[in-house]
Amino acid sequence: MNFVSQTLTVAGKDIRSEIRTKESLNAAISFAIVILVIFSFAVDPSAEQIKEMSGGLLWIVFAFAGALILNRSFARELGNDCLDALICSPVPSAALFTGKAAANFVLLMVVEAVSLPIFGVLYNMQWMRDPATLAAVCMLATWGITIIGTVFSALTVNLRLRELMLPVLIYPMMIPALMAAMRLTTVLISEGTIPADDIIWLRLLVGFDIIFTALSVMLIDTVLIG
Amino acid sequence: MRQNVLIGLALLAGLWLARNLYVIFLGLPDEAAQGAIYRIMFFHVPSWFTCFTAFFVAGISSMLYLGKKSTMYDTLAVSAVEVGVVFTIIGLVTGSIWGRIIWGIWWTWDPRLTWALITCIVYSGYLMLRRAIDDPTARAKNSAVLCIFAFASVVITYKAIDWWRTQHPGPVLSIRTGGGNMDPAMEAMLFSNWGALLLLCIVLVAVRMKQEDTSREVESLRRYAHAA
Repeated sequence: MNFVSQTLTVAGKDIRSEIRTKESLNAAISFAIVILVIFSFAVDPSAEQIKEMSGGLLWIVFAFAGALILNRSFARELGNDCLDALICSPVPSAALFTGKAAANFVLLMVVEAVSLPIFGVLYNMQWMRDPATLAAVCMLATWGITIIGTVFSALTVNLRLRELMLPVLIYPMMIPALMAAMRLTTVLISEGTIPADDIIWLRLLVGFDIIFTALSVMLIDTVLIG
Repeated sequence: MRQNVLIGLALLAGLWLARNLYVIFLGLPDEAAQGAIYRIMFFHVPSWFTCFTAFFVAGISSMLYLGKKSTMYDTLAVSAVEVGVVFTIIGLVTGSIWGRIIWGIWWTWDPRLTWALITCIVYSGYLMLRRAIDDPTARAKNSAVLCIFAFASVVITYKAIDWWRTQHPGPVLSIRTGGGNMDPAMEAMLFSNWGALLLLCIVLVAVRMKQEDTSREVESLRRYAHAA
């Protein structure tokens, strides 16, 4: 088995396990919808104001809902010492990590795909003005979130205060990706295109993904094995 | 012997700071545009330089820990981060006081300020993570990984004034602008105070390292007693 098939095997296992149990996907989708609904009570903005804060609102929802998925990523392997079995298996740590990150990525993309139309309906917002670019931005930012989330999920998996420590550690680290995603989503929803001035945010997103993916793959052996 | 060297260095740092305070308050004139409040810059900028240096040392020693697995590097990393966080808070507070006088506000969500705050939060998270792990080896390993990730926020904070248009003043030191933005006497004092704060930082890190070694010893004795 090469690296790609090992990664796909781990990702497939995680996605299958999630589809069968739906332990974090249901919670993440429900949580995302609840935040979208509560936000409408918190403020009563005009359509123009909603456009201006759309990116911020959506990515706060995705980041909060994402933490529920990321928290379970390695924690679900603790029962029956499955994590030890995975580490002992002939799959290298990097493939195990990228497989788990890929599964988290797919699950978070599902949450986003469900949340976006609900956001459009609840806030009467035309969000499909440039769906291809919006999808690309969502994929880049979601990868950034999942890569940081997955590595820190592995780092905190054996802690007593796991559920508490993970958000404390990941949100500050994710801020560059979230800032870029918020800005790009806002301009895509309000203007339908990314102005030349905002291309720097796209570069920041790509740079963030490359740097943190490389760093995570390099360090995951140490995190999992020591 | 080691303790005497530390006391000597602490005295030197204290004298150096006292001499700098004398020059800052009595030797240097008020700045033309800002008046007397500009003097806070002699502590604000050096505090940031000092905490960046401490975080850099922590990052390097974390990498060395992962490579060599020597507890000395972990001790150095945690000591440098703890002292670095103190200097980060000094930098944030002095900047905030300056902002209140010059801008009329204590805080603004400017990229430089925001990143400075994020750096403080990330490294506070490092200290929280250490407290959450009981096993010394796992604690050292996990916090070393976090420390390497955390250094990204230091780089972004440092480069924020170049990457974004910020309300925070741009580079003024001659090493970055080529000169002409700051009076040479004021710049010399800024570097002199950085030297004094850096020396103080080294003393504090050395004292904290000693404390960490002692606490490791107590912890292992407790484990030994518990096992027996």
